[in-house]
Amino acid sequence: MDFVVSIFALGIPFSVALLLASLGEMFNQRAGVFNLGCEGIMAMGAFLGMLVPYSVGQGGPVSGAYNILGLLLAMGIGALLGLFFGLVVVTFRAPQGIAGIGLQMFGVGAAGTLFRHFVGGTQSIPGIDRLPIPVLSEIPVLGPVLFSHNPLVYMTFLMVPAAWYVLFKTPWGLRVRASGTNPRAADSIGVKVNLVRFQALAVGGALAGLAGAYLSLCQVKMFSDEIIAGRGFIAVALVYFGHWRPLKIMGGALLFSLAQALQLAIQGQGIDFPYEFAVMLPYAMVIVVLAFSRESLLLGPTALGKPFNREMRT
Amino acid sequence: MEPNTRKITSLRVEHITKRFPGVLACNDIALSVAEGEVLALVGENGAGKTTLMNILMGLYRPDEGRILINGEEVVFRSPNDAFAAGLGMVHQQYMLVANMTVLENIALGFTQAWSPLKLNLDMVRARIDEVAAKYGLAVDPDAFVWQLSVGEQQRVELVKTLCLGARFLILDEPTSALTPQETDELILLLKRMTSELSIVFISHKLHEVKNLSDKVTILRHGSVVFEGSTADHSSGDIAALMTGREIHLPRNEAPTCEGNPALEIRGLKIRSDRGFLAVDGLDLSVCAGEIVGLAGVSGNGQRELAEAINGLRKVEGGEILLFGQELANRSPRAVIDAGMGYIPEERNTEGIVPSFSMKENFILKDADEAQFSARSFLRLKEIDRNAEALRTEFDIRSPDTKVAAGSLSGGNIQKVILAREISRKPRFLIAVYPTRGLDMGAAEFIHKRLLEKRLEGIGILLISEELEEILDLSDRVAVIFKGRIIDTLDRRSADSRKIGILMAGVHNDEAV
Repeated sequence: MDFVVSIFALGIPFSVALLLASLGEMFNQRAGVFNLGCEGIMAMGAFLGMLVPYSVGQGGPVSGAYNILGLLLAMGIGALLGLFFGLVVVTFRAPQGIAGIGLQMFGVGAAGTLFRHFVGGTQSIPGIDRLPIPVLSEIPVLGPVLFSHNPLVYMTFLMVPAAWYVLFKTPWGLRVRASGTNPRAADSIGVKVNLVRFQALAVGGALAGLAGAYLSLCQVKMFSDEIIAGRGFIAVALVYFGHWRPLKIMGGALLFSLAQALQLAIQGQGIDFPYEFAVMLPYAMVIVVLAFSRESLLLGPTALGKPFNREMRT
Repeated sequence: MEPNTRKITSLRVEHITKRFPGVLACNDIALSVAEGEVLALVGENGAGKTTLMNILMGLYRPDEGRILINGEEVVFRSPNDAFAAGLGMVHQQYMLVANMTVLENIALGFTQAWSPLKLNLDMVRARIDEVAAKYGLAVDPDAFVWQLSVGEQQRVELVKTLCLGARFLILDEPTSALTPQETDELILLLKRMTSELSIVFISHKLHEVKNLSDKVTILRHGSVVFEGSTADHSSGDIAALMTGREIHLPRNEAPTCEGNPALEIRGLKIRSDRGFLAVDGLDLSVCAGEIVGLAGVSGNGQRELAEAINGLRKVEGGEILLFGQELANRSPRAVIDAGMGYIPEERNTEGIVPSFSMKENFILKDADEAQFSARSFLRLKEIDRNAEALRTEFDIRSPDTKVAAGSLSGGNIQKVILAREISRKPRFLIAVYPTRGLDMGAAEFIHKRLLEKRLEGIGILLISEELEEILDLSDRVAVIFKGRIIDTLDRRSADSRKIGILMAGVHNDEAV
């Protein structure tokens, strides 16, 4: 029982960075833009997120305000990079896959370089602490699993229904879905498709930036070149896995993270199992699940990856 | 923007010119529509009709010219400006988002129901009910668009346009995908609407033009070549003005042949992409030297049938015999080698490789034959000679045979496909919607060629939604409904009313 509880208590916070990034990617893709640069935005978010608390806090405790400033900065750079990506793929209609790989390389590279310039070496930071919820966290089993986490964990899980509401119940969500599915139809009825795509990219970028900052400020409490470790790509895969729906995406993020917690537990418990295979487990699982989850073409953004040009005659 | 609700008593466009790279789509066009009037805008493909209407709706900006409503000049920067002025358009390709409900599709343009954090769907619903009651247009607001038939989708488009406050309707080929019954209903509906609205409609179908419109304007190559009152001119006059020459769609006048069965299909079962049985126990036979027209509303298994015969889709049960040879679940190559010719539904994606040159598209099926290759090298001179011969014979309009096939017009692409399939001397031919979207000149050409092949003794399965095409060409007419042949009529006893009723799934006996 303790073993299971510990896997859940570990796996749930693991899922946060993935969940934030893939909710952001979901908005991008719902609007019709495929942003493979998620990983790069996360890296920049991770670096900027820890930069302020690190610089201010050298030699003393850091007040919470600087942590929050770090989170906001990470979201800001994320939104900016999202808009920059929009300039490349929406305005100039560059192929999105290639541009995304470029953004990924740029983000990861720039974050590493800036880190060495301004910080250098391995520096851990106090980061943002866990905030067990009084009373609720005392409940056996449920307490440690659900109510003994970092504040960002609670916030992220609250964002799942919020994202659902925004996507399906607000005029903006309606415009986003229409722009990614039938931009010509959206345009004919007065939706400014490219503007909506820029907005979705800003939102998606901000969430990816926040996801990166969560890693550096809450999960690892330091920055390194490998901090994102492919999570940006996993996030993109999870969007497909979740059929562009927040709840299913959450399911995918949890599944992946629990598998990761399981493999750590297997190693930690000293169970005799080759650790190379244990580490592979979550990634192999994503591939298998993706291979078997049939794409529902009728429900997804069918114009995904296609630039919109009103005067382009098909 | 303040939606004004003033009546549109007149709409005029003057000197509209629009250029696309390499194309003069509209050249100094003028037209005018008065209150309650119905203007038919006719012309061949590429005459500039749709471009002109997209300019009216603010989707394209004209290079020159102006639009006047009630005598005042208006400038539309986006569709929103056109809506605000009271214009509404039903596009030829329906502008609906498939994965959203009818309600959401209408809410997308119904900005009064928007507030930043909430979408007032009840308000949209009330508006739909109001419009539905006023015009007798029932739609299910909670259905997803992908669940609707083409006819229903069009009704949604009309409701949408009216909900958004259109007082001037533009309809781009509104009947091109409808059954004859749906077409009749639509025409009645539009006639009722003219008491409150003015209408511009684009059509290829001259009997509809005669039936519905007060005035007709004919465009050719981007210019107005004729305008006048519909009542004063016959369909024949209008057709001649459209193409610049007399058009005579050929008819199958030859007596029904008594050839041997060429294609025999028994108990065929095929699944659709979505997993259900799209073809479910279909029986059909076509003789040599016979054209069998397969009529039906699209989506009743035609695509699956054509793909399965050509080895492009798995057959779940039953048999397909071509001159006694089993074709079910054989590879496309085997089907081609058995003598099958195929004019597929999607000419741009299935019929040609768009980025290949015309001459390469001609040899797609025969690149390995000794005629076109020797010792694994292509015989380029022979390919050029073949391409030039076909281009001349089939009157394909292009600068040369090296142009990318995808850059040709729809009619010319169809001629490329037809040339390739016919010149291979097939023993049987399947033609799927061979003239869909083509103008009358191109359709005439293709019909003539198909009839010639029939006289040469080739069996042809003609799949089409166009009843006139089917009645003109077929020896027998089979009607497909929900994956089965609901009835087969001899050409002498078939007429569009009977076929139309069958296409709707009602068997003759019940209709009396």
